[in-house]
Amino acid sequence: MGDTGSPVGRRVFLGLIGLGAVGIAFGAKTQKTLETTVGPILAKDRTGLAALLPIGRFRIYSVTSSMPSRSKQEYKLRVRGLVDHAIDLSYDDLRAMPPTHLTRDFQCVTGWRVFNVKWTGVRLADVLDRAGVKANAHAVRFTSFDGTYTESLTLDQARRNDVIVAYGFEGGDVSRIHGGPVRMYIAPMYGYKSTKWLDTIELTRDVVPGYWEDYGYDVDGWVGRSNGRSDTPT
Amino acid sequence: MTTDLHVTTDAPRPGTILRFDRTERVVHWCNATLFITLMLTGAVLYIGQLSALVGRRHLVEQIHVVAGVSLPIPLLVGLVLRSGAGLRRDVGALSRWIPDDRRWLHRRTRARAQLGKFNPGQKLNATFQAAAIVVMLASGSIMYWFKFFTNDIRTGATFAHDWFAFGIWLTVIGHISFAFSDPVSLRSMVRGVVPESWAMAKRPRWYLQQTNRDTEPDTEADTKLASEPTDISR
Repeated sequence: MGDTGSPVGRRVFLGLIGLGAVGIAFGAKTQKTLETTVGPILAKDRTGLAALLPIGRFRIYSVTSSMPSRSKQEYKLRVRGLVDHAIDLSYDDLRAMPPTHLTRDFQCVTGWRVFNVKWTGVRLADVLDRAGVKANAHAVRFTSFDGTYTESLTLDQARRNDVIVAYGFEGGDVSRIHGGPVRMYIAPMYGYKSTKWLDTIELTRDVVPGYWEDYGYDVDGWVGRSNGRSDTPT
Repeated sequence: MTTDLHVTTDAPRPGTILRFDRTERVVHWCNATLFITLMLTGAVLYIGQLSALVGRRHLVEQIHVVAGVSLPIPLLVGLVLRSGAGLRRDVGALSRWIPDDRRWLHRRTRARAQLGKFNPGQKLNATFQAAAIVVMLASGSIMYWFKFFTNDIRTGATFAHDWFAFGIWLTVIGHISFAFSDPVSLRSMVRGVVPESWAMAKRPRWYLQQTNRDTEPDTEADTKLASEPTDISR
């Protein structure tokens, strides 16, 4: 039997490998098309099944063994380090501050992008001003209450209008898997810069590289201008 | 092309035929273990809620990568081993299509199809899995050793990896449910043998070849050979 019949299997095998190669070569274009055409339709899906498809979806990353959990009631944002007075802001304190609304794309350094994500929060600059930044502080360091994740920005970056301490996501709260109740959202930079489960903001003299930066990611994570990538800026 | 069946250590009992020799079974279960490991760790890396449940992203990623790099090893080792003759012969059988396969694919003519060792579904499945190993290994390598590739290639690799993963999930679930719907067939991947009655009913052409291997493959000799199996080499 082995030497009779037509080699359909070999053709299908090579065809599939060709399909995979085409996918690798042109997948980026196809992905972009799918995300702009099919993505908005999938976004309306309420069953949650569409969220399984690899189109316009967030992929949830955490670096610790369990996903941290903290309720809005027990939540405290600590501001520490080179400040005039260390402060603790509750969830309600943050909600009482003037809100900033941003609708921007979310771009991951691993390639996926979610278009037009609606974020609500307070400008990091406002939070820093409440604590009062000392003259010798030049950087901001973020710590997650997952106990492991850290990130940082220069003070100039931190004062941008599109850098917010976020509590609102797509019209609702920031859910636990997306880093709630409160996380950073740094619009012009890759996702890894936006610390989830934000616990402490510390003013430091110099930039301290964060978790993924120890694994080789760029400290200045501008979308399209870092990590060897050329994405459209968010 | 079936003479090497005699060298196997699995000497079938009377009334049974060797379907998968020891090498083939070991390769199958190594593959199965690697595939399941990859599918589960892949799901954890991909689905947010599962990531949330499991955490330990770095560890899960390492398991996924090690299993992925090992994926082609069982098959390649099996193919070069001396005892891999059965495997090599079956790879040939899986890749070649006989007219009866086409008959089987059409509902109208299915009853008349005299199948060889594998049905067309098994052939397509094996072909797809073989190609998927190549595509997943290539795209996965690009995703893991991302530094050497452009942005678009990385996104394309993720694209190909995602969609082939969907294909793998579908076909593996299909494969397992077909296996459980035919316990005799499933058992032969553990013990190696099937009853002659099963072979006669489900794979008549193969049955004839097995029982008739010392004569011409096309001779009508099933009645004689069914009553005196030739393969009792013990």
